[in-house]
Amino acid sequence: MNVMDTRATSAMLYLDGVHVSFDGFHAINNLSLTLEPGEMRAIIGPNGAGKTTMMDIITGKTKPDEGTVLFDGVTDLTRLDETRIAELGIGRKFQKPTVFESQTVQDNLLLALNVDHSVRGTLFWRGSKAESERIDKVLETIRLTDARNRLAGSLSHGQKQWLEIGMLLAQDPKLLLVDEPVAGMTDVETHLTAELLKEINQTHTVMVVEHDMTFVRELGVKVTCLHEGAVLAEGTIDQVSSNERVIEVYLGR
Amino acid sequence: MTPHMLTRSLDRGAAIFLTIVAACGILIPLSNLLLPEGSALQVPTYLVALWGKYVCYAILALSIDLIWGYCGILSLGHGAFFALGGYAMGMYLMRQIGTRGVYGNPVLPDFMVFLNWQKLPWYWYGFDMFWFAALMVLIVPGLLAFCFGWLAFRSRVTGVYLSIITQAMTYALLLAFFRNDFGFGGNNGLTDFKDILGFNVQAEGTRAALFALSCLALIASFLICRSVVSSKLGKVLIAIRDAESRSRFLGYRVESYKLFVFTLSACMAGVAGALYVPQVGIINPSEFAPGNSIEAVIWVAVGGRGTLVGAALGAIVVNYAKTFFTSGVLAPYWLFMLGALFILVTLLLPKGIVGTFNAWREASRERRPAAASAAAEDGVNEPKMAEERS
Repeated sequence: MNVMDTRATSAMLYLDGVHVSFDGFHAINNLSLTLEPGEMRAIIGPNGAGKTTMMDIITGKTKPDEGTVLFDGVTDLTRLDETRIAELGIGRKFQKPTVFESQTVQDNLLLALNVDHSVRGTLFWRGSKAESERIDKVLETIRLTDARNRLAGSLSHGQKQWLEIGMLLAQDPKLLLVDEPVAGMTDVETHLTAELLKEINQTHTVMVVEHDMTFVRELGVKVTCLHEGAVLAEGTIDQVSSNERVIEVYLGR
Repeated sequence: MTPHMLTRSLDRGAAIFLTIVAACGILIPLSNLLLPEGSALQVPTYLVALWGKYVCYAILALSIDLIWGYCGILSLGHGAFFALGGYAMGMYLMRQIGTRGVYGNPVLPDFMVFLNWQKLPWYWYGFDMFWFAALMVLIVPGLLAFCFGWLAFRSRVTGVYLSIITQAMTYALLLAFFRNDFGFGGNNGLTDFKDILGFNVQAEGTRAALFALSCLALIASFLICRSVVSSKLGKVLIAIRDAESRSRFLGYRVESYKLFVFTLSACMAGVAGALYVPQVGIINPSEFAPGNSIEAVIWVAVGGRGTLVGAALGAIVVNYAKTFFTSGVLAPYWLFMLGALFILVTLLLPKGIVGTFNAWREASRERRPAAASAAAEDGVNEPKMAEERS
């Protein structure tokens, strides 16, 4: 994969030779991966392949033992904490939907807006027309306009997933990391989510981790398969799913 | 805080609460001073002092509710900030005694003369001036909370671990203040106060004024808390309480928020302590006892966590019960009753008095016929949205 080296500077996200081990267990083992600006990438892999750990590294939750993690070609993410990385423009949707349950849908989005996040800024915050218009727009995109005044905790599982994607949109990051967005969704919801992500991808770089192959197929993007903390195969979904090693890993050896 | 933030933050419950506190703050001192003694409506001086104490406790409860109810920081050491504010006020009151002390030393308080100290320790300088003492009432608890919080929140100490180290903090201060050579009167603490700003602390007028001031401080603390929790910062605090790491990934610097609200809360607790000391006439190390801080948390739990009004109400109700039961035949059982109360509230009223009442009112509102549901709801929601946008 010499493509990586030549494009290293122009990549939105660049991981090279990343290692992480927890108590001797190598969660990530010489992982190298690049994401171009505007790209959408699907990451698949069996349980324990290191998908979530990779997201933890990118968002600053876990520090790698060695390796390079560059954002936007210049910023070394391994030196920064979660808040700083979020400020730079990396948004994350968790595997388990985590929304602020005791607040309304609308307040969840308000909190996610990428405006002044300082103590002083929020203490003296006064809503602006531009802000509420942005919230209206996101509500429309995630189809939750009617639920705007409901508590987020009262939403259905699928709606919570969308709300969380909506929070990512409100955050308007350069790079979106989406961890298992369709887990526990109905087929219709899964389909709508794929549409939603494609729409988002028109203006954002997206990385999606997902198990659901029909969903990945529907996204129709380049797929990377991880196994034991390293890249096993990369290419279109058809290429990857016909790769013998991938089949071996998924179906047992 | 801007007027805009205040109007936004006042709902009916808050308005009722403020009206009652203001009415008490005006009527009780007036009745005490103007009505003839023995008249049915006259509030005796001892009750003014007792209720003044409750009002100070209510401020302490508010300060705990601000961090616990809204940001999920369970401090089991808030009594320390209360006591530090109290000591700062006590030091001013000691310096006011002057030559009227037992030993008649114009500068040194009695306990220092007794310990054969030749000169005033440096940390007692300035406390002869009221403005300086008043400033210290805010700064000392605030600074301690800031340093403590800076270390704890930056290292991401949360939950029960934070509660335990707050207990350790107040216990460490208890031990320090017990020592004679620490310079704060040791075991006996500071007492035998004579005047405050030239008025005799024992006089009825002074007591009535202190009561009114405590009510005023309660109102001010309540308004500050309301402004904070109803601002966007309040939403961030709740977000941190409910999903701390999510807030981090949204780009909020959680430790700064916690530090801000923890320090603010400590300053409020300090003010409560400063108003408490002249009304009870003594401050000693037992105020640092870990049990006191836990009791204050119980007030908040009983009244209703995260409601502010509930915290103040809980402080008054539990302390009234305490006064009532500890002065009768049930006195030896008070602590058991307090423990039982805490268990019962946790099991039966997990939202506390006010929280349960609010939930009940909301439920009964929903139960009302959904007659004009769709249309009316839109009608209700629309102006609210417009208001928020304005």
